[in-house]
Amino acid sequence: MIPLLRHARYVLSENPVTGLAFGLFALFLVAAILGPLLAPYNPLQSNAAMALKPPSAAHWFGTDQLGRDIFSRVLVATRLDLSIAFASVVLAFLLGALSGVAAGYFGGWTDRVVGRLADTIMAFPLFVLAMGIVAALGNEVINIVIATAIINFPLYARVARAEANVRREAGFVEAARLSGNGEARVVLGQVLPNIMPIMMVQMSLTMGYAILNAAGLSFIGLGVRPPDPEWGIMVAEGANFIQSGEWWIALFPGAALMLAVFCFNLLGDGLRDIIDPLKRT
Amino acid sequence: MTEALLDIAELVKRFPVGNKRLLHAVDEVTLTVGRGETVGLVGESGCGKSTLVRLINRLLDPTSGSIRLARTELADMKARDFARNPNRKRIQMVFQDAGDSLNPRYTAADAIADPLRRLRRMSGAALRERVDRLADMTGLPRDLLTRFPHQLSGGQKARVGIARAIAVEPELLILDEPTAALDVSVQVVILQLLQQLKQELGMSYLFVSHDLNVVRLLCDRVLVMYLGKIVEEGPAAEIFADPRHPYTRALISAIPQADPDKRIGRLRLGGEPRSPIDPDPTVCRFYGRCPKGEPRCSSEMPVLRTAGPARQVACHFA
Repeated sequence: MIPLLRHARYVLSENPVTGLAFGLFALFLVAAILGPLLAPYNPLQSNAAMALKPPSAAHWFGTDQLGRDIFSRVLVATRLDLSIAFASVVLAFLLGALSGVAAGYFGGWTDRVVGRLADTIMAFPLFVLAMGIVAALGNEVINIVIATAIINFPLYARVARAEANVRREAGFVEAARLSGNGEARVVLGQVLPNIMPIMMVQMSLTMGYAILNAAGLSFIGLGVRPPDPEWGIMVAEGANFIQSGEWWIALFPGAALMLAVFCFNLLGDGLRDIIDPLKRT
Repeated sequence: MTEALLDIAELVKRFPVGNKRLLHAVDEVTLTVGRGETVGLVGESGCGKSTLVRLINRLLDPTSGSIRLARTELADMKARDFARNPNRKRIQMVFQDAGDSLNPRYTAADAIADPLRRLRRMSGAALRERVDRLADMTGLPRDLLTRFPHQLSGGQKARVGIARAIAVEPELLILDEPTAALDVSVQVVILQLLQQLKQELGMSYLFVSHDLNVVRLLCDRVLVMYLGKIVEEGPAAEIFADPRHPYTRALISAIPQADPDKRIGRLRLGGEPRSPIDPDPTVCRFYGRCPKGEPRCSSEMPVLRTAGPARQVACHFA
C-alpha cells in the first residue's frame, strides 16, 4: 500500500491536471458525504419573501422562484447525482466486464450472444432507450440507475471483450492453465485483473456520461421528482427564468454538472497511470 | 532403452480453416521420451512444433492418437478440464518468452507460488519456504522475489519461469526454446542451470529449439520435424555426424562453422514449404524443396523406416 501511495504522489507531481481532477473529486466526495450538514439553509424550505434574489453574501448562488437557497440545493444534490451515477457505473461494470471478458476468452456462442446483445442496445439512440426503459419500468430513481447501466453495458462489454481476446493466447494465461488454474480462475484471476486499468479508465469516463444521463432524464421529468434537489431538475426549472434575466438559477447547478463530468473525465487518465503496473517504478 | 516416460502414437491435430478444408498441423506423429532422457525437437517455424508441444502439455485437444505418460492415457482427457486433473503436475513447461509467460500483476514469488497453491495445495509458511528454496535452486536472489516482471531482467525472468515450472516437480519438462529471447551470455548460464536441475530432480526434457548447437550439446536424441511430420529421428551424435534426410542435411549444413577446414558445402533450400492445408497424402512433404525430388517422391509418401540401430528416417533415398 505504501509504494502505491508513493507512486500516486509521483504521478500527481508529474501531471498537475490529474492533481486538479483529484482535488475536484475530493471536493465532490466531501459534498456528497457531508452535503446536508454543510448546507447553510434547508434545501426544501421555501421563502416567498426571498424569491428570485441574485447571488449575495447571504445566498451565494442566489435563490430560486420559491426562495430556496440554490447553494444549499446544489450542495445537497451532489449525493443523489453521484450515487445514481456511481451505482449505474458499478452495475454496468459488473454486467459488461464479466460478460465481455467471458466472450473474449471463450469465444464461440458466448461471444455471439454477448456481441449481438451489445449490438442491439447500440442500435438504439441511447438517450431515447434510457427514456423508454425508465418510462416502462416506472418513474423511480432505481430505474434511472438500471437504464443508465443498460445503455453503458455495450461500452464495457466491447472493451472487455477486445482486451480479453488479445490476452487469451498470452503466455501467462497458458502458464496459469499449466499451473492448475481452471477456466473460471483464469478468467477472473488472470485475465480480468490485467484489464482492470483499462476498465478503471472506462468507469471514470462513463461516470461523467452517467451523471449527464441521470441529470438529462431528470431534466425532461423522468426519474427524480421535485422538490428533491437534483442538478438536472434545477437546470430545467432555471431554464424557464433565463429569458427574464434570472440566470443564476440554471447556471450554478449546470456548472456543478459540468465540473463533475470534467472531473471524472480527467480522473480516468490519472487513474490509469496510477494503476498500470508497467508504469510503476 | 528402459520403459518410456512419454509415449506418443499416431498423434494428429487438424485445424478447420473454412470451406471444409483442414490444416494438418501435426500429422501422425509417433515419439517417445525415456525417463531421464533429453529429446530435442527441431524444425523450422510453422512446422507444427508448437502445436505438438501444446498437445503434449494438454493445452490443446488432439484430433486423434494417443499420449501416454507412464502408461496413463492423457489424450482423451479434455484440455479444458485438465487443470484440475491429478496428472497436471506431471507435465510442466518453460515458455519461449519468459516475459510474456509471467502475469504482469504477479510478483516473482506469486508466479512461483501459483502452481504450488493450485496443484500442491500449499499455503502459509510451508509455501514461502518452498518458494525461497526454488529461488535458491534456480539462482534467483531472494530479494528479487517481491518484484514484478517488468522490474526483472530477461535472465531473471527466465529463472522465475523455470522455478515455476519445476515447482511441482514434474516428470516431464517441456522447454520451448527457453533461451531464444535471451542474450548469448545469459543463454549459456540458463542452459547450464537446466542441465543441473535435470540431474538434481531426475526430470525428462523435451527440448524444442531452433538452435542446433544447443540441441547437439544438451540432447540425447533428436527428432526432426517438417510440415507436421517427423522426418528423421536418432541419437544426437549420429544425426549430427551423419544426417540422412535431405532436410536434416540442409539444417545441419546451415550451422555456422568456425573452422574453415571443417566447413562443408552449404546445402541451400530453394522455394517455399508446401501448404499444410489438405496436403496430398501421396506426395512427400519435402517434395519441391528437396534437392533430390524424383518422380517417386510425388507419387508415394515416404514413411519413417528404420535406418540403423535407434535411427529412423522418412526418405526413399536415405
